[in-house]
Amino acid sequence: MIRIVIFALCAMFAGSAAAHKPSDSYLGITVDGGVVQGQWDIALRDLDFAIGLDSSGDGDITWGELRARHQDIAAYALARLSIALDGAACEPHATAHLIDHHSDGAYAVMRFDAVCPKAGHALELGYNLFFDLDPQHKGLLRLEYAGATRTAIFSPETARQRFELTRPSRIKQFFDYGREGVWHIWVGFDHILFLLSLLLPAVLIPALGGWRAVAQFKPALWDVLKIVTAFTVAHSITLSLAALGVITLPTRLTESAIALSVILAALNNIFPLFQRRRWMVAFSFGLIHGFGFASVLADLGLPRDTLLLALVGFNLGVETGQLAIVSVFLPVAYWLRDTALYRRVVFAGGSVVICLLASVWFVERAFNLKLLVF
Amino acid sequence: MSLRVLSAAGLLLLAASGHCAPYVPRSDDEVLERLPVRPNDPAMREIKDMRAALVREPENLKLAMRLARRYFDQAAAQGDPRYVGYSQAALASWWNLPQPPVGVIVMRATLRQYRHDFEGALQDIELALKRDPGEFDAWSLRADINVVQANYSASRDDCARMAAFVTELTNVGCVAFIDGLNGRARQSHDALSSALARAKSVSPEHQLWVLTRLAEMAWRMNESRLAEDHFRRALSLQITDGFLLAAYADFLLDYNRPQEVIALLKDWTRSDPLLLRLTLAEQAVNAKTFAEHKTALVDRYAAARLRGDTTHEQEESRFCLQVLRAPEQALTLAQNNWRVQREPRDARVLLEAAVATRRIDAAQPVLDWMGSTAIEDGTLRRLAAQLVVLRKGTP
Repeated sequence: MIRIVIFALCAMFAGSAAAHKPSDSYLGITVDGGVVQGQWDIALRDLDFAIGLDSSGDGDITWGELRARHQDIAAYALARLSIALDGAACEPHATAHLIDHHSDGAYAVMRFDAVCPKAGHALELGYNLFFDLDPQHKGLLRLEYAGATRTAIFSPETARQRFELTRPSRIKQFFDYGREGVWHIWVGFDHILFLLSLLLPAVLIPALGGWRAVAQFKPALWDVLKIVTAFTVAHSITLSLAALGVITLPTRLTESAIALSVILAALNNIFPLFQRRRWMVAFSFGLIHGFGFASVLADLGLPRDTLLLALVGFNLGVETGQLAIVSVFLPVAYWLRDTALYRRVVFAGGSVVICLLASVWFVERAFNLKLLVF
Repeated sequence: MSLRVLSAAGLLLLAASGHCAPYVPRSDDEVLERLPVRPNDPAMREIKDMRAALVREPENLKLAMRLARRYFDQAAAQGDPRYVGYSQAALASWWNLPQPPVGVIVMRATLRQYRHDFEGALQDIELALKRDPGEFDAWSLRADINVVQANYSASRDDCARMAAFVTELTNVGCVAFIDGLNGRARQSHDALSSALARAKSVSPEHQLWVLTRLAEMAWRMNESRLAEDHFRRALSLQITDGFLLAAYADFLLDYNRPQEVIALLKDWTRSDPLLLRLTLAEQAVNAKTFAEHKTALVDRYAAARLRGDTTHEQEESRFCLQVLRAPEQALTLAQNNWRVQREPRDARVLLEAAVATRRIDAAQPVLDWMGSTAIEDGTLRRLAAQLVVLRKGTP
């Protein structure tokens, strides 16, 4: 359905009259080792001016007319682009031809690969498309390397440019992944609710027919520390195993299991099964949560050479986020522990709400449905 | 800072709206692009033949100059900047010579002026006039640039220097253009109007220029009926001119006649300046196409910024203020624009943005300019009065 809508939008855009804009092409280049991949969007109007596309002479350029000229377009454009890594030329060849629309009309999209003799750290690009026909033409470059993007503009005066391919500094990378970890625990309600379900009883001790408040802060703190540590150790293990590719589980399975773990943790507060050894619950379900973190880390794109750095950074970020939550939760819970508000509303009521919410998640994830809007 | 935020927002919109993922069309018959000019258009055919001839004789200066001029006229008429590049390409053999022929230097100055590279244009004019003081195009171009940059006494000198080489109408026009902004609106208007009536065998292009100037003068003096007459006469010449259409559309918008703007410009969406006027009119009447055109303008301003183009700042300021309702960004754009261009419409966007943001200090350069020129412009005076009220209101 979504694809049809997008297609319709594109078609609508194609139908509207194109704008008057100076001529630009959009060149995207990704360097990975000795392999250069590119995507080059060139305006049909410019190509028509250069090599003539409207073979029927009716003023319209159709896909058929364009398709017939793909080889010529690739030859024309790629002859005007030079790529070299550390002084060794890389020969580009077209791999695919598509169409896209920019603000001033339709563009031929050419994807290309170039294999360089060797990997290197100095990329030299020479851009000479259309400068002879239109000296106002510009090539807008988007260069990606090691997860960092930079831009540059080619004009007749800056037709040759050199780019030092340096990796982002390790410390910066480390903190970037750390920040992602904090962010993920902050927006990952399932992890927070699991932890909270286990922490809610920390300021209470089981008594006949229910719970009563702990007398001292120390046992409560100790209880919390055990739970948080067990959860951390467990998810660190599975996060590492998954990130290193030792174990992979289907996302649908792990996500459903995470929802289930939240249900069970909350139910345990309503119908207590594990009262004293909740850290064991934290450990065993923490293993499952680790797989959840791993899929987030995978979505961020893992640098092959700095995998360990990313892993540790992300994990420490998750712990930092967790500690922040705990350090707010524990004092407040301890302060309220004697009140009926805490025991009835926060503890009992909260556990019921968490349980219901997690049940909805479970159904959504296990059966691939959408019930909630968030 | 706010500009950067705006750029980022623009890019996001660009990514979200016009920019769909690349795809493979479903059928060979799918029309991907309509060329702006049909190949059998006679003017285009002629240009094409000239281009082919120039490939055969790349050193034919006369031919190259003719082709460059034709392309530049197309750019002015259609508002299509690609033609400016083609015009430059026609002169490629001479463009970067240390001593190009004088005609090429003047053309280079003209193209630089089009791209708002006023400094480069003025240098070229200097060079051309040193070689040939009788090059009246160069004097005329410099007079225009000096007016745009509010260097009125320098502009007056240029008019005086070219007087010997030009017709009375051109000369009166040159002076009236300056005096009309400097406290002598009525005299300038009447002098130019009677010079036009007296002149014989004036080319339609020249008539168009004079009538557009007369219309603007009358409009500034709040003489809407007179301005309308001038505009209508200019339009009746049947010459496609983007500047005239934009000026007339602004006039109609000021007098709350958006329906006429829509009728006038509905087929002009390719041109950014004209699309802006169309969009403003559509906003006034809640037209269905308003949202689509608004998005298109956001995309185009973002695309221009990507290539480092700042020639549209005055219009983007209007767009930010009136359509996006982002007065802070409008003010920054208007201030940047005022550093480059100082004509009444540049003054107006800055005053409007200053009123909207209650930034009296930001308007000061324009108020100073109004004081020193004693310009008679109803709209600017009304805006300046609003700023005075704001100033009194501030403790």
